[in-house]
Amino acid sequence: MPLVPARAAATRLGACCEPWGRGGTWGRGSRQLQPPPPIPRAAGGRAGLPLAESPCIAPGCKAAVAGGRVHVVLYCPERGVHSCGLRGALRGEQCLAACLVNACWHCRLSAMSQLELKRNQVLEARFVADEDVLKHISDNGGVKVRKDRAQLALNVKRFVKKLENISDDDDEAQEIMEEQNYVAVLGACAEDSLRNGPSAGGGKIYSFQTPKRSGKMAELASELAQTPGRNVTFDSSEYPEKPACTPQSSKKYSASNKPQLKSKKNEFVSTTPYRLRKRLTAPSLRSDSESDYSASCSEEEEEDKDHKETCDVILGQKTPSKTRAAPPSKKTPAKKLKEEMTSNLVEEYFEAHSSSKVLTSDRTLQKLQKRKLDQQTLLVLLNKAPPAFTAELKELNQQHESLFSKWMLQLHLGFSIVLYGLGSKRDLLEKFRTSLLRDSVHLVVNGFFPSITVRSILNSITEEVLDHVGTFRSPMDQLDLIMKRFKEDSSLELYLLIHNLDSKMLRGDKSQQILAQLASLPNIHLIASIDHINAPLMWDQAKQSLYNWLWYETTTFSPYLEETSYENSLLVQQSGSLALSSLTHVLHSLTPNARGIFRLLAQYHLENKDNPSYPGLSFQDFYQRCREAFLVNSDLTLRAQLTEFRDHKLIRTKRGTDGVEYLLIPVDNGTLTDFLEKEDEDM
Amino acid sequence: MCRMKSSEIPTAALVLGVNVTDHDVTFKSLSEVLQDNVTPYVVSLQAKECPGIKHLLQKLMGQLMDCCVDVDSFEEEECVNISQKKIRCSMASLSKWYESVTKKTGSETPSKKITSSSRHWQSPPIVVIFKDMESFTTKVLQDFIVISSQHIHEFPLVLIFGIATSPMIIHRLLPHSVSSLLCIELFQSLSCKEHLATVIDKLLLTTQFPFKLSEKVLQVLINIFLYHDFSVQNFIKGFQLSVVEHFYSQPLSVLCCQLLEAKKRVNSLSHNQCENIRSLPSFRRYVESQVSEKQIALLTEDSFLKEVTQTLLEDLHIYHENYFTVLRCLHVFTTSLPKYPLGKQIRELHCACLGKSVWETEEYGSTVQLLRMLAKDELVAILQKCVEIFISSSGKQFSNTVEKLEEFLARFQNLETETNEVQDVSVLSQKELQKKTDLYHLQKTLLELKESKRSKKLTKFEMLRFEVVDFIDSLVRSYLAPAEMQTLNEVVYFNTANTLREHLNAAPRIALHTALNNPYCYLKNQTLKSDVGCISNTAPDICIVYKLHLECGRLINLVDWLEAFSTVVTAVEGTDPDSVATDQVDEIIHARFIRAVSELELLGFIKPSKQKTDHVARLTWGGC
Repeated sequence: MPLVPARAAATRLGACCEPWGRGGTWGRGSRQLQPPPPIPRAAGGRAGLPLAESPCIAPGCKAAVAGGRVHVVLYCPERGVHSCGLRGALRGEQCLAACLVNACWHCRLSAMSQLELKRNQVLEARFVADEDVLKHISDNGGVKVRKDRAQLALNVKRFVKKLENISDDDDEAQEIMEEQNYVAVLGACAEDSLRNGPSAGGGKIYSFQTPKRSGKMAELASELAQTPGRNVTFDSSEYPEKPACTPQSSKKYSASNKPQLKSKKNEFVSTTPYRLRKRLTAPSLRSDSESDYSASCSEEEEEDKDHKETCDVILGQKTPSKTRAAPPSKKTPAKKLKEEMTSNLVEEYFEAHSSSKVLTSDRTLQKLQKRKLDQQTLLVLLNKAPPAFTAELKELNQQHESLFSKWMLQLHLGFSIVLYGLGSKRDLLEKFRTSLLRDSVHLVVNGFFPSITVRSILNSITEEVLDHVGTFRSPMDQLDLIMKRFKEDSSLELYLLIHNLDSKMLRGDKSQQILAQLASLPNIHLIASIDHINAPLMWDQAKQSLYNWLWYETTTFSPYLEETSYENSLLVQQSGSLALSSLTHVLHSLTPNARGIFRLLAQYHLENKDNPSYPGLSFQDFYQRCREAFLVNSDLTLRAQLTEFRDHKLIRTKRGTDGVEYLLIPVDNGTLTDFLEKEDEDM
Repeated sequence: MCRMKSSEIPTAALVLGVNVTDHDVTFKSLSEVLQDNVTPYVVSLQAKECPGIKHLLQKLMGQLMDCCVDVDSFEEEECVNISQKKIRCSMASLSKWYESVTKKTGSETPSKKITSSSRHWQSPPIVVIFKDMESFTTKVLQDFIVISSQHIHEFPLVLIFGIATSPMIIHRLLPHSVSSLLCIELFQSLSCKEHLATVIDKLLLTTQFPFKLSEKVLQVLINIFLYHDFSVQNFIKGFQLSVVEHFYSQPLSVLCCQLLEAKKRVNSLSHNQCENIRSLPSFRRYVESQVSEKQIALLTEDSFLKEVTQTLLEDLHIYHENYFTVLRCLHVFTTSLPKYPLGKQIRELHCACLGKSVWETEEYGSTVQLLRMLAKDELVAILQKCVEIFISSSGKQFSNTVEKLEEFLARFQNLETETNEVQDVSVLSQKELQKKTDLYHLQKTLLELKESKRSKKLTKFEMLRFEVVDFIDSLVRSYLAPAEMQTLNEVVYFNTANTLREHLNAAPRIALHTALNNPYCYLKNQTLKSDVGCISNTAPDICIVYKLHLECGRLINLVDWLEAFSTVVTAVEGTDPDSVATDQVDEIIHARFIRAVSELELLGFIKPSKQKTDHVARLTWGGC
């Protein structure tokens, strides 16, 4: 059975990522059953001819063979450059199956030969029509390929044979069989229930990926932007800018970068680990026009160019692809060796994580002239945005609401209910509360509130529900009292609604333990929601059995408005009013000299606000300035003053690379300007 | 215990297995038994309550004082409570307390409770149970043991260690100097599988309870048990949930009760409920098998339907009675076979029989073949067991079967004498062989012997064995029909395994990923329909942002991300960049982007990073 290794690879990968979710959908059955999309038309003059029959390498398909790895970049005429599924290295024959399964339906690479890698050998790669791949995968023998594609069938047979060799391995096969049985029993649900069924194929999510080119996102974006009429064929007239930039970019290459051309192409075609790529490109840093980009991102820029170039090349004629494929094989044997050693998942992971350098562009939001929005304007703006899919969302919500009475029954029978799934579940729980809990004692806990603690939950139970006055030495004592009271008095009943049980404040082990013990009381009924992807990891077996969860999937797709409004979001500007008032208060209690010192620092700070690499003011410089302004007379007094500032968190010190101490004000520039203005007014 | 040195603390190491969730029940009943029979002073401690020796002593004293209150009269409660707060928790105070308590009880009541214990102890011992020994910090344990060993003369102390892994852990946790202070006796609890077998035996394989689980549901529960937690408690929870689900979702579950009660309830069924019965697939099958007049009557007359329903319910009840008896009987046969083709446990056999006609399966075929090769004494022993099972069963219709089986047994008995005769014959012939040394005759007799062997290939024993196996086979075929074939099985069988799986063994990550990756699964909107691995650009913002972020490495530049996002979104809206309101649209898109990104942050896909300005770090799959 040729499919076995592929599935095994996926499951094994998945197993390490999602130990508790074994009932998942590894099976790609649903995917395979989808009707294959039409065979992509070849670009250029070869329209209409199925690519699978083209005699040699299909246009736009680039493959590089480098020490144990096959790196493939596919060009799909319909969707632009894309290397879906084949991005990772192909490790041995086993992975081929995985790749074929994973590969996009539009472009299909039959990379079934030449895995024994020799120098100067070019991987033979070609497109295979969807039906064929489907057949290879689904057929047990896999040999029943249409006769009219004899050439192809030959390759396929070899491939299949290899696969059979693999599955001969008894132990593994046995293991896989068991796994399949298990999946059949536990996981199959996902397939037959509409809910979890399609998509969610394990391999794609759970595989480690080699680092990607950062240009990918933009690419995908343009690709997505084009999808609405999905049958749009790639028409060069639609993208007039692309051919236009060809001469320019190629000129650039020929003019300035000729000596490095080889190595660059090399690096483009392969998705080698970053370190390697860095080494390759280290000598060829580009320092010209793109001031936007730092050294580390120059190569990525070049890649973009390369992409464009290849696009054009492909549009034009298809011969260059051959020459394209050649360069990688010119690697030195040493490098090959090195790569062979890392052809292993674990090593690849560490390889990817070992380099601290990241390859992203250096653009910042500041340069984009996008001012940060504050919470209020954000809300206003969001209200202007038209809501989408209202009908569908309503239907979803109605489905969930029909479960209310069932929840109520199950809560009464001693189960706790946990809601998961994408979308804010706050409204749903609120609705549950208003419709069913109006006449009973209930406590709503907004877990997403940043200062919520277990203690406050316990306090509200003891004070509001049990009318207990007095304090407790520890939460455990408090819990003991609550448990005692609830056990004694069976008429007491409490519904506990917790929004975001997995919030930062409640996810600690101790908090969860206390909440679990609360939930285990027969007359406390807990219904909670979780959102974080790793939330179930909070609970070990003991806690889970205390909670006695029943899981309900309630995907609502509604925005997390309340939940995220407290999250100190990266992009939302904090109003800063708090910081400003604390700044003025602290400084007002200081001597005028001290205030002068701070002003000096603040002014210098603002002068340098446009300099992204501003390290801070070095202590020596600062001392000089303060002396000149007659604010201090010795560096000891300055140091004493700075200690005071530091204690009030007005400044931060940082050691530079040269060992010099730099001073920074950890307040954003707007607040600082406001502060200075206010100071000026006061004076 | 007699070899125990005076300073050693008697200790029981209780190996309980990995199913930690079930331990609580075990300990609870253990301490109850101890309290009833041995000593009122039983203390159970958990690791999470005792981070330090001080807490441990506090807990210990607290629990001891409480049980002392239970024993003593209530007047003293107050003073005890006060003293509990005042006394500094130390071993000295503990021994003082013990002295006072034993003196009191000793003088006041010769104690009915402590009679049994007094054989070993002059005074009742203090039993300290460490529920989860592995989780205790070694220092706390060591300190406690060392300290208490010094006071062992003042009050008798017994320790009980609850161990989830292996007894080796004691020596790993405690150095020799400490463990030498203990006199350890090892106890092994039953394995969780045996507990499960008992539960299944008592709950499922009996006619006592009308509610039944279908094969798939049982399979799911057993799989959760075997693959996830080995927790009998969770199995019971699953069972409870199935009960709830069954009575909540199946309107005809009103008839799922004891037979007499059910018959009464049938009479009071409303018309709608009758219609419910008519729409049951198993009932429809039944109707189709009837003659046409009866069909019409069944479908139109409620009263007739009720009558038939009553007999059908009775049939179902009888089917169950027979089923479980024959199942146990078959189980006796299958467990004696090598490699257990139908499973070793009765639950496996039960699953096999519930789902489909077991006699059509390959495994059953091989079972029968193996049965035909059983040795005589084995077969006799099995038959005897079967007779016992049938006799003890409540079903009356098995009297014939019992007779038949006993007849078989008798024939086996007779066979013994017969075989002796046969042996005599063969011995005789052998003697003849030796007598006649003539070559021709020898050849002749040899040939005769050979022929007789060939023709008599089936000895009487073999014939009988065949008969027995055929008889068992006929029993299986007539009584172990799959439950799904029974009419009205929907009334008592819970069979929506999916719900059970969804609620007990959920996969929240997959749900989240599906929602993000393929919103069409949830929002059935045609515009969202797209290929695998691709996403429509009209999808909710968070889906688009998620999809874009999948293309990134460890760090994501927010500016690039924002631009990519706005490219996608503007393409949908079809706004050309030259339009007047671009600025405003841009703002809105910016706001939407902010919302989507902070939602992703909440979901745990990204986190802010300080490595580079305006960058976020990916936290999930492939973010390396």
